[in-house]
Amino acid sequence: MSGTFVGMPAFPKAAHEAVHNSTLRGNLRHATHTIRAKRANAVAEVSDWAALREAGKQIKDHTLRHLDRYLVQLEESVTAAGGTVHWAADAEEANRIVTRLVKETGESEVVKVKSMATQEIGLNEALEEEGIRAYETDLAELIVQLGKDRPSHILVPAIHRNRGEIRDIFAREMSEWGRPAPDGLTDTPAELAEAARLHLREKFLRAKVGVSGANFMVAETGTMVVVESEGNGRMCLTLPETLISVVGIEKTVPTWQDLEVFLQTLPRSSTAERMNPYTSMWTGTTNSETADGPQTFHLVLLDNGRTDTLADEVGRQALRCIRCSACLNVCPVYERAGGHAYGSVYPGPIGAILSPQLRGTDSEIDSSLPYASSLCGACYEVCPVAIDIPEVLVHLRERVVEGGQVTREGNKVVLKPAKGHVAERAAMRAARWAFARPGVLRTGQRLASRTRRLHPRSLPGPGKAWSDSRALPALPSEPFRDWWQRTRGGSGKDGGK
Amino acid sequence: MSSRERILGRVQRALADVPPDDTPYDQAIERAYLGEHGNRSVEETVDLLAENLADYRAIVHRTDADELPCLIMRLLAERGPRSVLVPPGLPPEWMSAADATRVHDRAVSTPHELDTVESVVTGCALAIAETGTIVLDGSPDQGRRRITLVPDHHICVVRVPDQVVSSVPQALRRLAPNRPLTWISGPSATSDIELDRVEGVHGPRTLEVVLVSGE
Repeated sequence: MSGTFVGMPAFPKAAHEAVHNSTLRGNLRHATHTIRAKRANAVAEVSDWAALREAGKQIKDHTLRHLDRYLVQLEESVTAAGGTVHWAADAEEANRIVTRLVKETGESEVVKVKSMATQEIGLNEALEEEGIRAYETDLAELIVQLGKDRPSHILVPAIHRNRGEIRDIFAREMSEWGRPAPDGLTDTPAELAEAARLHLREKFLRAKVGVSGANFMVAETGTMVVVESEGNGRMCLTLPETLISVVGIEKTVPTWQDLEVFLQTLPRSSTAERMNPYTSMWTGTTNSETADGPQTFHLVLLDNGRTDTLADEVGRQALRCIRCSACLNVCPVYERAGGHAYGSVYPGPIGAILSPQLRGTDSEIDSSLPYASSLCGACYEVCPVAIDIPEVLVHLRERVVEGGQVTREGNKVVLKPAKGHVAERAAMRAARWAFARPGVLRTGQRLASRTRRLHPRSLPGPGKAWSDSRALPALPSEPFRDWWQRTRGGSGKDGGK
Repeated sequence: MSSRERILGRVQRALADVPPDDTPYDQAIERAYLGEHGNRSVEETVDLLAENLADYRAIVHRTDADELPCLIMRLLAERGPRSVLVPPGLPPEWMSAADATRVHDRAVSTPHELDTVESVVTGCALAIAETGTIVLDGSPDQGRRRITLVPDHHICVVRVPDQVVSSVPQALRRLAPNRPLTWISGPSATSDIELDRVEGVHGPRTLEVVLVSGE
């Protein structure tokens, strides 16, 4: 994944710093609460939301279960429509392919549509090293790029910035990259949007190469779909002569009809709109007579850990994700810790299950991500493709603690249990031993009840930190099973019916 | 081994748990969702389109075939002495009353040239009432995608009720996937500043939709 995130501290440490930043917390609270209420209304407007959600889940599951077949079909359709398909096993290969394709055009700059896949592979940095400048054109991406910052949200990468901060970044940095910000720029959103329009227009008009991702790829027709709001996507997809789209292999859907589900669920889930302002669909290239849009189209199909994720029968559901970011907006942990603490371009609940699967759980940050959750389940409730994020989190926690077989770059490897978690493993072993021996359990429970007046109010040793902010549960004077034996549920010896 | 073979091989190994007789596509997906939301008469569907377009800040006008040329003339005139882009197959009578200089988009026209034109008038492929969306498919009365993108003012004519469908599923059934498609729901907007919607970024900042009957 992106080099920007290498060497990130574990989630608890990064989050600890973030929660003490009151500006950040205020910005996130304001933004996530605004969108939360709006999304609920947008979803309530369609009476068949549950059926759409289920169909979306089934389409994605079916596609993933036959992904090899659909990828081959997609390749055929795109090729037949005049496009060229490339396959990239990892980030490095994808960057190499895109760099080569740009160089072949003789250009030294590209305009970019916001794309998670190209962020994931660190494409901008790779192009920069080869002397090619990539201009981000999505407003939030522009804010991040000008501010030399990192993205903190899937949909709105600059969600951690408020309007005042954005004004300052524009006023300070725009002249470095091209047309300077207008004099006397204020912090009203309309003026900020106007400044971005003026700044980027010259870049759109002269651009010869566009780089994008895609929200969906239709296998049967070879159609690519990009969903956006601002029109920067349309600019990059139609004005340049060459278009290069880097897309994760899991973005495939089998048929044209399948779009009817996602074009209803994605806008409502992500920006709480009945429909987003602009959706572009294109199939290969048009013939020279119509000459509408780029006359050269390259599709780079990206693996980069996706097939490894696919190999995990529990974890593969993360590949259903359509990147709406509803799970970020409802997450109490995300709201307080912010996106940077997740150490990945995919923050929030979906990031906590996606990053450790795409990258493996070897690093400090990745092995801590499955714990970046209170398991409240709000993310699962709002997910438009019903990804059971808590289920995958628990599954990944087990993998971190216990180790076991996983797939890495296509090979099966056995992970050792992670360092740390010693007390957790010992406690689980003790519990397993006690629960398997009813006599021992009974004796232990009685002993605990009788000595309850002697119990400390906080835990000793390493448990102290945990009990500093939590009350230990009070033990009853009599274990439940003894009480049951004595009273039969409080209704005499025939009670309990 | 090429990366293509490598990736496809990885996918196949990853799916070792999927039986060869796994449920086929047409049985795997239960399409229990609705074909359209609610029961509406044709007039009500057109009303809903107008309402939803306006809700996302498109300016909606209703007229009939006879009045259409005058309306287009007025909408253009309101924005001062202007040049206007016209796609090759726009019905000539639509523009018969307009004074603005007509500019034609040629394959060799550069984006910079298009950027000097203020307005564009097009037809559309269809419009979706439930979402307030117009869809362009590059037909001769709509032109290349760029002509509805670079100018700041777009007037789009929708023939009602023929071109109006209720829902997204109905729209997809009527559209051809191999055409370049642009779905437009209101003027250009962004939610990138504090997740609040603001109109007007890169696409046309003014979208006027003319619902014309009897065309």
